[in-house]
Amino acid sequence: MSQTNPLQIEYNLKVVRQFAIMTVIWGIIGMTVGVFIAAQLIWPELNFDTPWLTYSRLRPLHTNAVIFAFGTSALMGTSFYIVQKTCKTALFSDKLASFVFWGWQTVIVLAVITLPMGLTSSKEYAELEWPIDILIALVWVAYIIVFFGTLVKRNTSHIYVANWFYGGFIVTIAVLHIVNSMVVPVSFTKSYSLYAGSVDAMVQWWYGHNAVGFLLTAGFLGMMYYFVPKQAERPVYSYRLSVVHFWALISLYIWAGPHHLHYTALPDWAQSLGMVMSVILFVPSWGGMINGIMTLSGAWHKLKTDPILRFLIVSLSFYGMSTFEGPMMAIKSVNALSHYTDWTVGHVHSGALGWVAMITIGSLYYLIPRLWSQTQMHNVRWINIHFWLHTIGVVLYIVALWISGVMQGLMWRAVNATDGTLTYSFVESVVASYPFWFIRFVGGLFIVAGMILMAVNVYRTVRAGKPTVEHVEAVEHTPAPTATQSA
Amino acid sequence: MDYITWRSFYTVLVFVLFIGVVWWAFSKGQKKRFDEAANSIFDEDKKSSVTKDTTKQESKNNE
Repeated sequence: MSQTNPLQIEYNLKVVRQFAIMTVIWGIIGMTVGVFIAAQLIWPELNFDTPWLTYSRLRPLHTNAVIFAFGTSALMGTSFYIVQKTCKTALFSDKLASFVFWGWQTVIVLAVITLPMGLTSSKEYAELEWPIDILIALVWVAYIIVFFGTLVKRNTSHIYVANWFYGGFIVTIAVLHIVNSMVVPVSFTKSYSLYAGSVDAMVQWWYGHNAVGFLLTAGFLGMMYYFVPKQAERPVYSYRLSVVHFWALISLYIWAGPHHLHYTALPDWAQSLGMVMSVILFVPSWGGMINGIMTLSGAWHKLKTDPILRFLIVSLSFYGMSTFEGPMMAIKSVNALSHYTDWTVGHVHSGALGWVAMITIGSLYYLIPRLWSQTQMHNVRWINIHFWLHTIGVVLYIVALWISGVMQGLMWRAVNATDGTLTYSFVESVVASYPFWFIRFVGGLFIVAGMILMAVNVYRTVRAGKPTVEHVEAVEHTPAPTATQSA
Repeated sequence: MDYITWRSFYTVLVFVLFIGVVWWAFSKGQKKRFDEAANSIFDEDKKSSVTKDTTKQESKNNE
C-alpha cells in the first residue's frame, strides 16, 4: 500500500463497503417490518391503536425499505464494484459516489419518517412526497454520472454484459421516476398527480411494472452476470445469448404494465396488448435464467460444497418460477381469478425473496470477505444454515399464499345457482385465510432469522479483517495479452 | 406521415433491428470477441494466482 506505483489506480472500494453494510442493515429492518405487518393481519391489536403503526402506513414502509433501501443499496454497491473491476479503472468521481451513498441513505431515512406519519402520494411503490422525489432525482443523476462516467474512462475495449444490464436499469429508472412523479404541489407535504383518471393509472403501472422489470430484474441480472461466473469460476454459459437476452428484455418489458389494470377503465385493446407482451416476456426471462444456471454445466458438484453458489443458483430457479407464473397471471382469464388476492402477493414475494434477496445475499457473501481482505466469511457453515432458513421461509410463504389466493378468488366469484347472489361474504374469505397468513408469518420469521445470522457473520468477518486496498494498472489500453490466453 | 402510420413503421423497424441484433450476436465473426469478453472477468485472478489458471482453461469451452 505504501509502495504505490504511480501508474496504478486505486479502486474506490469504500463506497462499495458502505453500501454492502447498509444492504444488510436495511434488509433486516425492511423484512422485520414485513413480518410485523404479516402479524398484524392475524392479530390486528398489534397496531396498539397508534396511527403510526397501522397496517396502511407500515405496508408502504415495508415495500420502500425492501425495494429502495435493501435492493437499491445492493444494486448501487455492486454496480460500483463491477463497473470498476470490469472496466479496470476507478470510479469517475469519488465525491459524487459519496454523494450517491449519503444522498440515498437520506432518502431512505426521510421515507422512514414520512411514511408512518401518513404523508403519501398514494401511488404504489412511489409513495414518497414531492420534496423527497426531487432529492431522489438529484441522487439518481449523480448515480448516472458516476456509472456512465466510469464506463467512458474504461481501460478495456469491450463493455462487459453486466454493465449493460446495470446501465439499462439506471437510465430507465430515471425516466420512470421523473415521469411518474410529475405532480402539482399544494403544500410542502401534499401534492396531486399531474395526470387524471385512467391515464394516471396507466402512467402509474407503466412505472410500477417497469420498476419490477428494470430495478428488480435488469439490475439484479447485472449482478447475476458477474457474481455467478465469478463464484462458479467459469465464464457465462453463452455470452451471445446474454447479448440477445439484454436487447430482448429491455425492448419487451416496457409494454407489460397494463396487465395490472385488467378489467378496469383502461381501454380493452391496451389491456390485451399488455397481456400479449407479458406472455412474450417469458421467452427472454427464461433465456436469461437458463444462461445463468447452465454456467454451472459440467461443474454441478460445486453446488454440494459451496453454499454461496447455492444461493445464486437457487435464486435463478425462483427467477424462472416467478417469470413463468407472471406471464400466466397476466392472461386475462387467469387474472380474473388471481387479481386482488394473496396469489399476487405470493407471486411478488417469490420474485422478491426468492430471486432478488437470494441473488443479493449470495453476492454479498462473495463480496464481503473481498472488501475486508479476507479469503472467506467468518463462518461458512452459517452461510449454509442461512441458505436453508431462507429457502424454507420462502417456500412456506409462497405456498401458503398460493393456497389462500386461489381460495379467495374462488370464494369471491362463487354465486348461488338459484338467485345469483354471492355465496360468501368478504369477511368469510378473510376468516378462511387466517391459517395461511399464520404460515406466511412463520415463513417471514425464518427469513429474518437468516438475515440476523448473516449480520453476525458479516460483523465477525469485518472485525477480523481490514479494508481492502486494491490497485489496477492504469496503462492497459490494449486487451491483447488476455486475447491470446482465451483464444 | 400520420401518427398511426409512423407507429406501424416503428414497430416493424424495431422488429427488424432485433432480428439484426440476434443475427449479429450469433454470427461467426463475433465468437472470438465474445469468448474474450466472457473470460475478461477472470483477468485479475490470472495475474494474482498462477495455480488456479489451469483449471480455468479447461472449463472454457462450455458453449
